[in-house]
Amino acid sequence: MDAQVVKELVEIVGADNVSTAATDKITHSYDATQKCYLPDVVVYAATTAEVALVVRLANRFKIPVLPRGAGSGFSGGSLPVQGGIVLVLTRMTKILDIDCENLTAEVEPGVITAELQRQVEKLGLFYPPDPASKEFSTLGGNVAECAGGPRCVKYGVTKDYVLGLEVVTPTGDIIHTGGKTLKNVVGYDLTKLFVGSEGTLGIVTKIILKLIPKPPAKKTMLVQFESIEGAAQSVAAIIGAKIIPTTLEFLDAATIDCIRPTSPIPLPENCRAVLIIEVDGDAAMLDPQITRIQDIIQPFGILAVKIAAGHEESEEIWQVRRNVSPSLRRVNPDKFNEDIVVPRSKVPDMIRALEKISTAYGVPIVNFGHAGDGNIHVNIMVDLRQHGMAETVDTVLDEVFQAVINLRGSISGEHGIGTAKAKYLGMELDAVTISYMQRIKDAFDPHHILNPGKIFLDNSTRLLTK
Amino acid sequence: MSKNKNLQDFAKVIGECVKCGVCQAHCPTYLLSRKEGTVARGKIALASALLHGEADLEKRLQEDISMCLMCGSCMNKCPNNVPTHEIVGAMRRSITDNQGLSLVGKGVSTLLGSKVLMNGLSKGGALLSPLLLKKVPESSGLRLRFFSAPGMQDRTVPKIAFSNLFDRLPEFIKGQPDKPVVGFFAGCSITYAYPEIGEHMVAILNRLGFSVYLPRAQRCCGIPGLSSGNGWLVTELAEKNVAAFEGREVRHIVTACGSCNGGIGEHYRTMRGDFASFTAKVIDFSVFLRDTGLFEELAGMEKWPERARVTYHDPCHLKIQGITREPRALLKALPNVDFVEMADAATCCGLGGTFSVNHYRESKAIGAKKIPGLQESGASMIATACPGCIMQLQDSINHAGLQVRAVHLLELLAAALSPRRP
Repeated sequence: MDAQVVKELVEIVGADNVSTAATDKITHSYDATQKCYLPDVVVYAATTAEVALVVRLANRFKIPVLPRGAGSGFSGGSLPVQGGIVLVLTRMTKILDIDCENLTAEVEPGVITAELQRQVEKLGLFYPPDPASKEFSTLGGNVAECAGGPRCVKYGVTKDYVLGLEVVTPTGDIIHTGGKTLKNVVGYDLTKLFVGSEGTLGIVTKIILKLIPKPPAKKTMLVQFESIEGAAQSVAAIIGAKIIPTTLEFLDAATIDCIRPTSPIPLPENCRAVLIIEVDGDAAMLDPQITRIQDIIQPFGILAVKIAAGHEESEEIWQVRRNVSPSLRRVNPDKFNEDIVVPRSKVPDMIRALEKISTAYGVPIVNFGHAGDGNIHVNIMVDLRQHGMAETVDTVLDEVFQAVINLRGSISGEHGIGTAKAKYLGMELDAVTISYMQRIKDAFDPHHILNPGKIFLDNSTRLLTK
Repeated sequence: MSKNKNLQDFAKVIGECVKCGVCQAHCPTYLLSRKEGTVARGKIALASALLHGEADLEKRLQEDISMCLMCGSCMNKCPNNVPTHEIVGAMRRSITDNQGLSLVGKGVSTLLGSKVLMNGLSKGGALLSPLLLKKVPESSGLRLRFFSAPGMQDRTVPKIAFSNLFDRLPEFIKGQPDKPVVGFFAGCSITYAYPEIGEHMVAILNRLGFSVYLPRAQRCCGIPGLSSGNGWLVTELAEKNVAAFEGREVRHIVTACGSCNGGIGEHYRTMRGDFASFTAKVIDFSVFLRDTGLFEELAGMEKWPERARVTYHDPCHLKIQGITREPRALLKALPNVDFVEMADAATCCGLGGTFSVNHYRESKAIGAKKIPGLQESGASMIATACPGCIMQLQDSINHAGLQVRAVHLLELLAAALSPRRP
C-alpha cells in the first residue's frame, strides 16, 4: 500500500483507526463464507464525512473500498477479493431517533439489528425483519443484502422497512434518498435501488426505517407429519384459507434425522416433516386462529401437534429450530448453504427435485427454512477431502439452481450474490437485464472502486455490444 | 515439562470455527470495542494463521490476544463449541515461551509460586507493611488486585484479612463419624481476602455432618498463571494441588470460588497427564449442597418477615460448566431472601483474572454494563459464587453510586442457618 495513501487515511480517521499490520489484515479478510482475501489496509470510520473522504481518496488512487459491517454475510459481499481498503462501520452505532408518533427510526449502519429491536420494543414498537444473524449482524449489512428471516412471510423483508437513506456514493458524494414519510414519489426511487445492492453502488451511512406497533401476543405450535407432502399441502391450505402466520418454518426428514438426538421435543422415526407455525396479534384472536389452522391441516397426515402453553414452551419449540444449524455437522464436515426461493405452491416440487438430485449423486442434502414464502435453505453436506467431491458439488449446485429456475424461483432469497453465486447470475437473469444492471454500476462507479468483483463475474467485458 | 496443551494440540478445534460470527453477540470485549481482532472468530483466525506460519507474534497480535477475559461466553453460544478461551491460553503461553513473561505475568508468578509470600501478603496486607510491599513486585497481579496501583486509584478492593483462613481453622475439622470426609479447596481469594466465606463453608459442611479436610499444602488453582500465559506455573500448581489432597481419602473436593472450580476442575481436565481422578472429585458448593437435600430443608423453613431482595450474577467459570440452576435454586429456597432475576445476569463482570490489571479501563466499562440490569431488578444485594466477581461487581456498583452490596451466596446461607433470627 502506497505510504501516501496510508498517511492521508491517518489524517482522515486518526492513527488508531488505520492499520496495515498483518494481524489486522488477517482479522478483516473473511466472512461467513469462510473464504479469505487479505486487504491492504483496514480503516474504521466513525462519521459520514470520514466515509466520504476515504472514498474520495480511494478514487484518486483507484483503490478498491470494501464496506464491512459484522462480516457475517453468506455470499462474500464484504470480502476484499481485489485487496484495497476494508472500511469498517461497526463503530457507527448510534440510534439517532425513535419517533413514536410517526413510527420511524433513524440509525447509523453499525447498529446491531436485535439491539434496535430491543430498543423499539421497549416503546411498544416493532422492527420485523429477523435474519438468523440478527443478534450480531448490522443494519447497514441488512440493508446492503436486503436481509430476510422467518417473520418475513407475514411482515416482508428489509426493503419493505427502509424509508430513506443517506449514502456515500462511489465517487464520494453524500446523497439522500426517500425520507421520513411512507408516501414519497419525488424522483426515482433510489432507496430501493440501494437496498440489496451489496455495497457495490454506495455506502449507507444513515438509515430511516419504518416501524409498526408491536403485536401484543403470539402463539407457537409444532406439527409433526408423516410426509413432506402433508407438510407442503398444509402450507398451501393455510395460505389458501387467507391466514398468513408470522412464521411458517419447515424441517425435512434429513433435518429431523440430524436434530433427533438433541431435540427437546421427541421426534419419532416416522416423523418425516415438521412445521413450526407461529401466529401473532391480539391475544383474544390467537386461540381461534390456532384452532382454525388445526382444522385446516387435519387431513394431511399429522402425527402430533404441540401447542405452546406459554413463553417457556414456545422457547422449547424454537430450540428445535435453533438446533438445526449446529447439528448439521453430524452429517458431514463441509456445508454448502444455499437460500433458494420458489413460489410457495412449488415447495413440494422443489423438495422432490432436491431428493432426486441427492439420490443421483449420493450427496446428502438437508433442507429446512421458510416454507411460508417458499424460501428453502438447501444444505449440501459433503466431505471435501473425498476425491472429486468439489467437482460433484459444482454439478449438484448447477442442477439445484436449474431446478429452481424451472419452477420460476430465484437462486437467492436473502443472502445475495456476492462472489458465491456470481457464476449463476446468468441462469436467472437474461443478458440484457444483466447489462442494464452493469450500466447502472458504471454510471455510479466509473472507476469500479466500490466492492469490485461482486455480483457480476467479469467486469471488463460487461457492456453489451450495441 | 509443561503439561498444558500447545497451539498444535488445538489444530482440530481451530478448524471447526465456521466464521459465522455468532460469538460477536456474546464477547464482552468485542461488544465494547466492536473490533474484529477482539472477538473469538478473529482470535481463531489468528491462531490458524500462526499454526500455518502465515502470521508471527507481532505487537498487534499480542494486543488482540490480550483482549480476552477467558470467560468462555463465546464457546457456550458457538454452534461448534470451539473453546476459544483455551486456544487463547495456548497462544498466551506461546507468547510467553517466545519472549518471556510480561511484567504482570512475572508478578503473578513470583507471588503465586511462593507460599511464604502469599502468607506474608495476608498478614502484611492487613498492616500494609512497607516491608512486604518491597517483597511483592509492583507488577504483581494479586498486589494490583488488592492494593491501589497506578491507573487504578479508584478501584474498590477487599481488605486483606489479618488472619487468613489457615490461621483460623485447623487442617481437619471433625464431623459425624458416619459421614464422609469432604475436601475443601479454598483458593487465594477466600484464604487471604475473604476468609469468613471459607469459615461459612466449613461450618455449613460441618452442620450437615461432614468432616472437612483443608490441607495446608494446597496452593493457588493456577487461573492467574493461565491467564498470563505461564504454563510452567500452572503445571507446578496443578501437581502440588493434586499431591495436597492425597493426604486423606476424600470423595469430593468442594470449591466456593467459581474461578477455582474452573481452574482445578475444568482446566486440569484439559491438561496432558493423569488429572482425571482428581478433577472428578471437584464440585462446586451449590451442586454439592443441592445433592445433600439442604435446599428442601431451607424451603421448608418459615420465611423471614423482613427479606432482602437479592439477584444473582453468573460467574463465567460456573456458567460455562452449566452450573446456573443450582445457585438460583439455593436463592429461591432461602427463607431470608426474595430472589429476583436481573437482565444480563449471565454476562461477564469484566474481571477476567489478569485482564483487569492489563486493561482496567475496558474491565471497568464491561463491569458497568451489569449496572442497568441490576438497577432495574431493584435488588439490594447481588449474590454470586466467586470472590473475584464479588470484588469486581462491588467496584462497578461503587462507580455507579448504587446502594447495593455484592455478597457470596454462602453469606446469605450462613445467615439463614444462624440461630440469630430477626
